[in-house]
Order: sequence, then structure tokens, then C-alpha cells
Amino acid sequence: MQQKPRFVYWFLLPSTLTAFGLICAMLAILQYSVRSYIPGSLEVGGFTLANFHALLRPLYASAFLETVVLSLYTAIFTLLIGYPLAYAMIRAQRAWCRSLILIIAITPLFLGEVVRTYSWIIVLGSNGFLNSVLMGLGIIERPLRLMFTQLGVVIALVHVTLPIMVLMLAAGLSHIDRAYERAAISLGAGPVRAFITVTLPLSMPGIIAGTMTSFAWTFSAFATPQLIGGGRVNTISTMVYQLGFSSLNLPFAASLSVAGLVLTMLVLWLTKRLTNSLERIGGH
Amino acid sequence: MQRSRTDLWLLRAGQGLVALILLFILLPALVVAIASFNASSVLAFPPQGYSLRWFKNAFEYRDFQIGLWNGLVVTAWASTLATLVGTTLAIVIHRYEFQGKRLLEGLLLSPLFIPHFMVGLGLLMLVSQLNLSRGYAVVVFCHILLVLPFVLRSVYVSMHNLDPRTELVAASLGATPLRVVSTITFPQLLPGLAGGWLFAAILSFNEFTASLFVTTQSTQTLPVAMYNYVREYADPTLAAVSVVYIVTTATLMVVANRYFGLGKVLSVESR
Repeated sequence: MQQKPRFVYWFLLPSTLTAFGLICAMLAILQYSVRSYIPGSLEVGGFTLANFHALLRPLYASAFLETVVLSLYTAIFTLLIGYPLAYAMIRAQRAWCRSLILIIAITPLFLGEVVRTYSWIIVLGSNGFLNSVLMGLGIIERPLRLMFTQLGVVIALVHVTLPIMVLMLAAGLSHIDRAYERAAISLGAGPVRAFITVTLPLSMPGIIAGTMTSFAWTFSAFATPQLIGGGRVNTISTMVYQLGFSSLNLPFAASLSVAGLVLTMLVLWLTKRLTNSLERIGGH
Repeated sequence: MQRSRTDLWLLRAGQGLVALILLFILLPALVVAIASFNASSVLAFPPQGYSLRWFKNAFEYRDFQIGLWNGLVVTAWASTLATLVGTTLAIVIHRYEFQGKRLLEGLLLSPLFIPHFMVGLGLLMLVSQLNLSRGYAVVVFCHILLVLPFVLRSVYVSMHNLDPRTELVAASLGATPLRVVSTITFPQLLPGLAGGWLFAAILSFNEFTASLFVTTQSTQTLPVAMYNYVREYADPTLAAVSVVYIVTTATLMVVANRYFGLGKVLSVESR
């Protein structure tokens, strides 16, 4: 590497300032989380650990559990649905086919949570599209309860996280040298066997990256559990919002989100450790 | 290459499965499109009649007009500044070694994993601690943080595709490092930067969760205004807004794919 010219420092200035702002924001949350709450006021009191102690109450403990369960279900189903799609996108013979799948799979990523969640409300509601179609066909007699249930939230969340999962899986799949598969097939393996013993292990890094990102995204999802859960599916994000904006208890909202972030990091770290052995099969 | 019967069967089953998944992705968009042309204010499938009244309603609703304007202002500033921050950082990171390089990069990529509500909450608290007003600046800064990882990613891809020899030639002919960057590196990066900017703009315009925390009544962006609407009213006005949104976004995506090669920007195509 060469000697650094002076412009390098100027070029680093904007990003350093941005990073500094981010650190300050995170420190502000940390600071609030250890202050006491003065009811009816936005001012905060002295230092205390009471906020973290209050997190142990069943209401909040169950919100943590609900968030983890939702994130797990979502990650698993998104992976199962995303894999065939990513595979088809990378392996389709025709270019227009690849572009079509890419655009359909990716566009929802840019639609934002509100539009997508609202659309799912119309699909899942008791007078919604799905129930109308099923009742019209005579398959069910009474509307299925999908709104305000965990199932409904998971369906919408899978839809929300699918694009990023497909992107991560496709990035992994596109770097696999197809010579490995051809070798397996020329040695007598059928297409299914070649896929399970060659392609799937090789795509493990993409699977891990996709699952972890999907998990983190679900964790931070707000509009979907808030609107489709309708107060009956409480996650960390909906709790933080209620505490911050309905009760104006900012210190407690801060400690809840700090605990949430620690939990995310912990789960991601654990997944990383557990899947390290799997990744080693994929890495060559 | 000859295909056995099982292979063909597998191929057909796979194609069917992919078609079903694509239908799952498209379903909400199709349903919302039907709902937006519904004549009555109560949603029903199939609709009893068709009309454009909800589109008219959506365009005349004051909060949506303000939200659209705020959204455009915030998006223009945030995506432009994020492209500036991302490009300068990516150029330096790609070409030079310096202390704290990994730390700086890691920090700026971390909003990919920090929940959006936390970024919003943190900025809200920071602003109230410093006794600043909650104006456009904090919303713009918030969006810069959130879109920067995506900008960085797309600039890295174009940096990677750059031939470093062109820079060496300029340098060997006596150009100063800054001149090399401004006359050789930067112009070659431009297409990639345009793609990154567009990417950032679309993401910023649609950002909701963090915006909910940092905006006020007067700075609320369109997604926030839409969220407030859906909590108060149940008529299909929002379906009409959603259709406008979906059509605009899909058009932008097709354009982006045509001119910038979406697959390359998102690095899902082998180079």
C-alpha cells in the first residue's frame, strides 16, 4: 500500500461524522435505559437499574418469547419458500425468465412495510379475499381467523422477508461452480442425489446468511405485528412503541430495546456457532 | 443430453412450485388492486361495483399530500448525502489502509442488524437530550444511517469492476492522487453511483418504522401518514395509494434492471 495522500482524510470525514452520530444515538438509549421514569413527564430522574428488573415481569418476558418464536418460524418458512425461487432464478435457461423472477421477487423489498401489511390485511381479514374465495367455493363455512393471530403475522412476515432471503441465497448459489454438479452426475448420481450431496452443502453459506438476516429483520419488524397482530401478538418492537408513545415511559422503552438488541446478538451468535460446522461442509 | 422420465417430472414439479411461490408474492398486490377499484366503502370480494373514487380521495387527502412532499424532500437529501458518504468511504476503504478501517466499516454496516425502531428511538432520545427540535435534519440523518449499507454495497461492486490499471497509468503520467480519483476513478464509478442512489432513494422513500419515531405531525413522511390513516379509517383509500405505490416502484425496478443491471448491483449474477 502506498503513502496516504491528504485527500484521504477529507474523504473519511463524512463517514466518520455519520458513524459518530450513530454511536451518540446508541449511547443515548443506553443512558436512558438506566434512568428512572417520572410519570407524566418527559424528563428523566436519577440512575437506577429498576428498568431492567421490570423486564422480568411475565408481560415482557412473554413478548421476548413471542418475538423469538415469530422470528424462528418466519426464518424457517422463508428459507423453505425462498430456496426454490433463488435456485430457479439462478438456473433458469432463458434470460427473460431470470429477469422476471428477479423483479417479482425483489420489488416487494422496496414497497415498505405499510403497503405490504395493509395488502395482507385485505387478503387475510374475515371479509377478506382468502375467506371470500374459500367460502365462495364452499370449502369452509365460517371465515378462518387469520387476523390477530400468530399464523397471520407469520404469513405476512414471510412475505416481508422473502426478498432479502432470495437475494442472499441467490448470491450464494451464483458462486457455485457447476462443474461440481456435472462431475457428480457423470459419476452416476441422479439429479436429486447431486443436489443433496453437492449443491445444497455448497450453498450453505448463502443459507446461513439468509436465515440470519431474515431473523434480524423479523426481530425489527413493527408494522406487521402491530397491524396484523392488532395488540394480540406482542413483540419487542410493538412494546417499545407503546411504552414510548402511549405511556411516554422512555426509560423503560430504552431498556426494553437494549435487552432486545442483546437478545438478537445472542441468537445470531449462537446460530453462527451452531452452524459453523455446517458452513465448513460448504466452504472448500 | 437425454432426459429420463423422472428428470422431466422433477423439472415440471419444480416449475409448478416456483409458479406457486411467485403467485404468493404477487397475491397481495393483485388483491389490493381489485380492492382499490371497489365502489363501496366496505370491502367485499368480488366487488359489487367499480369506481375511481378512492384514487380521487387519496390524491385529495391533505395528510397524504404533505406526506408525499415531506417524503420527497427527505428522500432527495438522504439518498444524495448517503451516496456522498458511501462513495468517499468506499473509495478510501478500497484503496488505502488506515487505523480503525474495519471498525468504521462495521459501524456503518451495523444498521442492517440493529432494529430500525432502535435507530429511531436512539435519535429521538439524542435530540431530546440535546434540546434540539425534531425537524427535517434528524429524519434525513436517520435515513442516511439506514440506507448507507445498501449504498456501500453497490459502490463496492462497481469499485470491484474497475480496472486499477487506468489509475496507475494516470498516476505514472504525473497526476496527483486527488486528480486520479476525480478524473479517473469517479467518472468510471458514475453508473454504479446512479444505481446506488436510486436504490437508496427507493428505500428511503419507503422507510417506515424508524420514521415513525423521529417524525412529527409536520415532518411525517408518506408511509407514516398511511399508517396513521389505516389506524383511523377502514375505507379502501389506502388500497388506491398502495396501487400507485406498487406501480411506481415496479416501473422503477424495471428501469433500474434495464439500465443498471439489477443482478449486478445486488451481486446475484456471476460476473
